[in-house]
Amino acid sequence: MAVKKSEAALDPLFNNNPIALQVLGICSALAVTTKMETSVVMCAAVICVLTLSNLTISLLRHQIPNSIRIIVQLTVIASLVIVTDQILKAYVFEISKQLSVFVGLIITNCIIMGRAEAFAMQNPPSLAILDGIGNGIGYSAILMITAFLRELFGSGKLYGYSVLPTVSEGGWYLPNGLMLLSPAAFFIIGGLIWALRVYKPAQVEMDG
Amino acid sequence: MANRQATGYTLLFATAICIVCGILVSSFAVSLEDLQDANIALDKQKRVLEAVGKLQPGEPIDEAQVAERFAPIEPVLIELTSGEAVDGDTATFDQQRRARDPATSTEAPGNLARVKRVPDRALLYEMRGDGGELEMIVLPIEGLGLWGTLYGFLALDADTTTVRGITYYQHKETPGLGGEVDNPTWKANWPGRKAFDDDGDVRLAVIKGFAGSAEEEPHRVDGLAGATITSNGVTNMLDFWLGENGFEPYLNRIRAEAN
Repeated sequence: MAVKKSEAALDPLFNNNPIALQVLGICSALAVTTKMETSVVMCAAVICVLTLSNLTISLLRHQIPNSIRIIVQLTVIASLVIVTDQILKAYVFEISKQLSVFVGLIITNCIIMGRAEAFAMQNPPSLAILDGIGNGIGYSAILMITAFLRELFGSGKLYGYSVLPTVSEGGWYLPNGLMLLSPAAFFIIGGLIWALRVYKPAQVEMDG
Repeated sequence: MANRQATGYTLLFATAICIVCGILVSSFAVSLEDLQDANIALDKQKRVLEAVGKLQPGEPIDEAQVAERFAPIEPVLIELTSGEAVDGDTATFDQQRRARDPATSTEAPGNLARVKRVPDRALLYEMRGDGGELEMIVLPIEGLGLWGTLYGFLALDADTTTVRGITYYQHKETPGLGGEVDNPTWKANWPGRKAFDDDGDVRLAVIKGFAGSAEEEPHRVDGLAGATITSNGVTNMLDFWLGENGFEPYLNRIRAEAN
């Protein structure tokens, strides 16, 4: 395993971004990106769960029986997600209310399971942690860009503060309602993938 | 490495993982439960304060301030069918649980708000002035929107018909569309509207488009653009909870006491 530490942490940002290249974790990217505030908490939750699950799976990688490895990974991930949800409900109640079911849905976020199976099962804990952080930040970067655009054009605000005063609050900006619906996130993420692949043509998938 | 494939080892490993994860999850759940319950109770109090206009939406407020502003507001447990106050622990009262339990609820007649069961008792709030006179009533309301049930509070004046405020504390509506039930600008449309007409029928409705001022259109409220189903849901739940299966007996009692 000749994976360098810097590669484990940095590759997921641009070269192997979990959303843009691997196209994983789209579900939550659509759901929580209407506001930056909820996105930040969601990103923090995903980074924590991803790092800890990678660490745990990596520590156990020589012990996990091959025949039940997926179930073991799921059990570990599910436990971490429930604990995260409980902590959010106890300490940042308002935001956890807005995130509602989507924290729970981190369990089904393919990025976490994908990294556990593809990376943590084969690599030592130190690398697995870096890989977890790297992928978490790669995911977060796309989420934050999407949330930035959706909140700005969808409700004229950034992080809850009014930037473009909307008509309904006496300003001039007529919010684009489409931005608040899930398809807008598809358009933005699609645009980001396109931009990334123009910048790095090596990521373009070849036909056939 | 051979023993990693053995059935006995696999079973042992699975059991161990289950126990460790189970202990981890349950210990977090138990140790954080008090904090979470406190958060939920505090959040409900904040929403009641919002409904009566003692708290501006988004205003930062700590626990002590909530308690201070909540002082003139008294939780009252009533029997829905008679409208009479009953004794009971208001702190642990859980209306949703009560509505699910067949022993403490009855099946609701068909209604547009899609309320399935009505509890025998309900927890509402009465706000009294310095002299003990009734100033406002805060009624819990719930009903189906687009994605799920909306839970909220409706504040009525002591005349039992003038709306003083509305607020929702739990819903699953689309942010930006149905989720605009949380929008302070929209909620500001409510105070001053009349819930009942002169015949005593529930008339308040969320309409499509702009309703105009409370003086011109006392029974109508601006619709939420792009959220017809949520808007109708709000109308339907008011219709149900202010009607005969909801708080009508209680409101009748308040009216009788005022005369």
